[in-house]
Amino acid sequence: MIGFRSLAVSLLLAASALGNAWGQDSLADIADQAEPKTVKIYGAGGLRGLEAYQSGFVISDEGHILTVWSYVLDSDVITIALNDGRKLEAQLVGMDPRLEIAVLKIEGTDFPHFNLDEAVPLDAGARVLAFNNLYGIATGNEPSSVLHGIVTAKTDLAARSGAYETVYRGPVYVLDAMTNNPGAPGGALTDRRGRLAGILGKELRNSHTSTLLNYALPVSELTQAIDDIRAGKSRPAAREENAKKPKEAVSLALLGIQLVPDFLERTPPFVEGVRAGSPAAKARIKADDLVLFINGRIVQSCKLVNDELMFIDRLDEVRLTIQRGQELLEVTLRHED
Amino acid sequence: MSKFHSIAHVLACTCLLAMATKSSLAIDPPAAVLQAEQARIQTIDRAMRTAVCVFAKEGSGGGSGVVISPDGYALTNFHVVQPAGSYMKCSMADDKLYDAVVVGIDPVGDVALIKLLGRSDFPAAPLANSDLVRAGDWCFAVGNPFLLATDFQPTVTYGMVSGVHRYQYPSGTLIEYADCIQTDASINPGNSGGPRFNATGEVIGITGRISFETRVRVNVGVGYAISINQIKHFLGCLHSGRIVDHATWGVAVSNSEGHVLVANILETSDAWRRGLRYDDEIVAFGGRKIDTANAFKNVLGIYPKGWRVPVTYRRDGKERETFVRLTGVHGEEELIALVQKAPKQVPQPVPKGKDPENPGQPEPMPKSGERPMPRQPLPIPLPKLPGAEAPKVPAEAAKLLKARPGYANYYFNEMHRDRVWSAFKAKGDFSSAGGEWLLEGELAGGGKLTIKLADAASSGTFPQGEVTLDATKDLDQQLGPTGSGGLLAALHLWRQMLVAGPVKFGGASYYGTAPYPGVEGEADVLAAVQNVAEVNFVFDKSKGRLAILEMFADPELDPCEIHFADYRDEGGREFPHKLEVRHGDSVFAVIELKKITLSSAKKEETK
Repeated sequence: MIGFRSLAVSLLLAASALGNAWGQDSLADIADQAEPKTVKIYGAGGLRGLEAYQSGFVISDEGHILTVWSYVLDSDVITIALNDGRKLEAQLVGMDPRLEIAVLKIEGTDFPHFNLDEAVPLDAGARVLAFNNLYGIATGNEPSSVLHGIVTAKTDLAARSGAYETVYRGPVYVLDAMTNNPGAPGGALTDRRGRLAGILGKELRNSHTSTLLNYALPVSELTQAIDDIRAGKSRPAAREENAKKPKEAVSLALLGIQLVPDFLERTPPFVEGVRAGSPAAKARIKADDLVLFINGRIVQSCKLVNDELMFIDRLDEVRLTIQRGQELLEVTLRHED
Repeated sequence: MSKFHSIAHVLACTCLLAMATKSSLAIDPPAAVLQAEQARIQTIDRAMRTAVCVFAKEGSGGGSGVVISPDGYALTNFHVVQPAGSYMKCSMADDKLYDAVVVGIDPVGDVALIKLLGRSDFPAAPLANSDLVRAGDWCFAVGNPFLLATDFQPTVTYGMVSGVHRYQYPSGTLIEYADCIQTDASINPGNSGGPRFNATGEVIGITGRISFETRVRVNVGVGYAISINQIKHFLGCLHSGRIVDHATWGVAVSNSEGHVLVANILETSDAWRRGLRYDDEIVAFGGRKIDTANAFKNVLGIYPKGWRVPVTYRRDGKERETFVRLTGVHGEEELIALVQKAPKQVPQPVPKGKDPENPGQPEPMPKSGERPMPRQPLPIPLPKLPGAEAPKVPAEAAKLLKARPGYANYYFNEMHRDRVWSAFKAKGDFSSAGGEWLLEGELAGGGKLTIKLADAASSGTFPQGEVTLDATKDLDQQLGPTGSGGLLAALHLWRQMLVAGPVKFGGASYYGTAPYPGVEGEADVLAAVQNVAEVNFVFDKSKGRLAILEMFADPELDPCEIHFADYRDEGGREFPHKLEVRHGDSVFAVIELKKITLSSAKKEETK
């Protein structure tokens, strides 16, 4: 009897130990803890095939949010819906075009958040949870969705260069969870204990097979960029009201760049044409190049490009970060009288 | 097979060993892990035996289902049954093919009850309390994806609960998924109607639809299950063979600073009569706390038409509670028309960027501030298989089929109507008491009354005065005594029913089951229209007694309710000696019957 009882007790203990590590109760608890750190992001889009929402997660007490850089953020108003139903307007702190990530900020304190310093690296075979708002299923105070899976491989995206059109060429976790769904990019990848491990990547389709890749970027690849963004590098081109403009500013015309017609609220600044012999032509800027940064400041629209140039003296050099296809280029232009 | 198994076994062992030696976590492959594995295998094995693969006649697709009672009642989707019609073939893991007939349908909730024939000992799945399901819980689906079960063996897919209490808008059809469970278990066309189990093998829901977006119509990591708790509400009604409607209540709600307020209310609704007004805050509905308008939509969506649901609302800081009667989302004719409409063309995969429902149609831009609408998930029927021929309905199945407009299968309505009536009749057969009924009694508050009930005319002497009723004239004009909502008319109809029985009484049908205050469990309800009045006869299942009679002289007015109690023997029949009469929120009278005289019809004839 006693023997049976002690066996039962040890079984119970074993079961509860298991419960903590893999048991279903603990997974529901882990989901409960991670959901408040996951946010729903609403911005631009809504056209066919372009959903106006994506996912993100809070990475600081004071409301910094990590997400992917996408057209959704090309909006004057980016709205964050928290797990408790609060809807807050977010400001773009900055972005990194190479990693295609962005940091947003909402006002407030004491936000439940993932601590980037505590992020864990994963190996192939690691069991993971993916917190995201795929298909925009959750709204208001509804928690985002949680999916389960394993890391099927840790590999470099560059290995499939040409197949997957992506700027990012670094290591990724390939997942067997269905994370490549509309609305899911920007979501949090955690291990089975709810510890942050990565960010769900943007939609990535193999151009040969038309298959979608379920993947996440490891946090370790992002921390430096996030620190830089939070430190004020790669910030958007917003200025103090009384910032001084030079007497004679540079302009697109002086540089020899013609952008596409500005007909949207935020027309992405694609180059329409380049004047022969101009500084832009000398720098080998081409039609269809997308201007991402001017002197390290994000310019998300044609209007912002023009605005930004107004603050640069015509004699100073203009550093442009340009996306051409899946390549990122840095060019420096100088207007010569 | 065994070779394959042993190879797989060796591989699995090798992997386990490799993991054990490498990982510091695996301290001596814990016995508990192996036990858990064994438990899971057993759970899945048990669950698979209850799963049903539905194959529709004429090869018109199919789907999945699950047996929930040993006599073969099984749940599936309405959209699986709709193209199949009233008869289908179902395979189970025992390698047998069973005939099945449709019993009842809930087209809005996309649920159908079918009955498998030929056994009284079907393996049946236990039902969970799906309100306890949490995101992060393990679950598994069993079903017939891509109609793979040509060997009759269902497919199991394991997954995680991704979200609970999800609301999915009607996707251009009448199907609305309220309060559903979202999982990432692989769900594909053909899984429709199959069970979703929790880790212990209880049914948490019925697989309904999946989300499609940039991919073709296969699993994308999102599947929805209709919660089993919702289905439990409908089950009693599904047994009735009816086309069961969902409920509404004439009240529109809106979010306001974290509260849910009455934004609009019909003055003809029961909610209005129960006292709800504009700007009242809805605190709870059906016992569930309401914090957003969306959450409210979820809760309202889980009730069938005709139920009474407790509502808590707040006005001026004070909470009030009441019961509200729910009306149908659709008109009766409207629902029948919707159901009997030709099934929708099965959407085919379309090239990327095309809306599968409206190819070539631009998607509307969401208005600013509006909830951004995800592409609507679709029910997942399977296309008709070409070349298949319609099998003849076997005689055994044909016996259980009876077509009647407005019913999925009238056979089951008759069956339950007769069951309820037989149980009642066993306690007292009034068919020989067709003469005048003389009831003499006292009112609880003091005063005497005499009531005479007969076929052509009834009358009563109440403390308020004399009331008469001419059965040849409209009852809604004869609602005395004043304030009772039509007590004499209700008593008149009561006698008519007891004497004539549900068939002769006129079109009495079995509604199904519903909860009633004062009745244990869910009550059996027979509904009838007599003269201009709608009458519900509410039977206490456990006792076989008529517990309540509700008479609606006008659907926009409160009914007269008679609650029957103190059943005692009266000349070889059980007869109630206490009648509590309610109208609206008040008790009109409590009648104690002191003397009961029931004459037989013959006697009257000889007079």
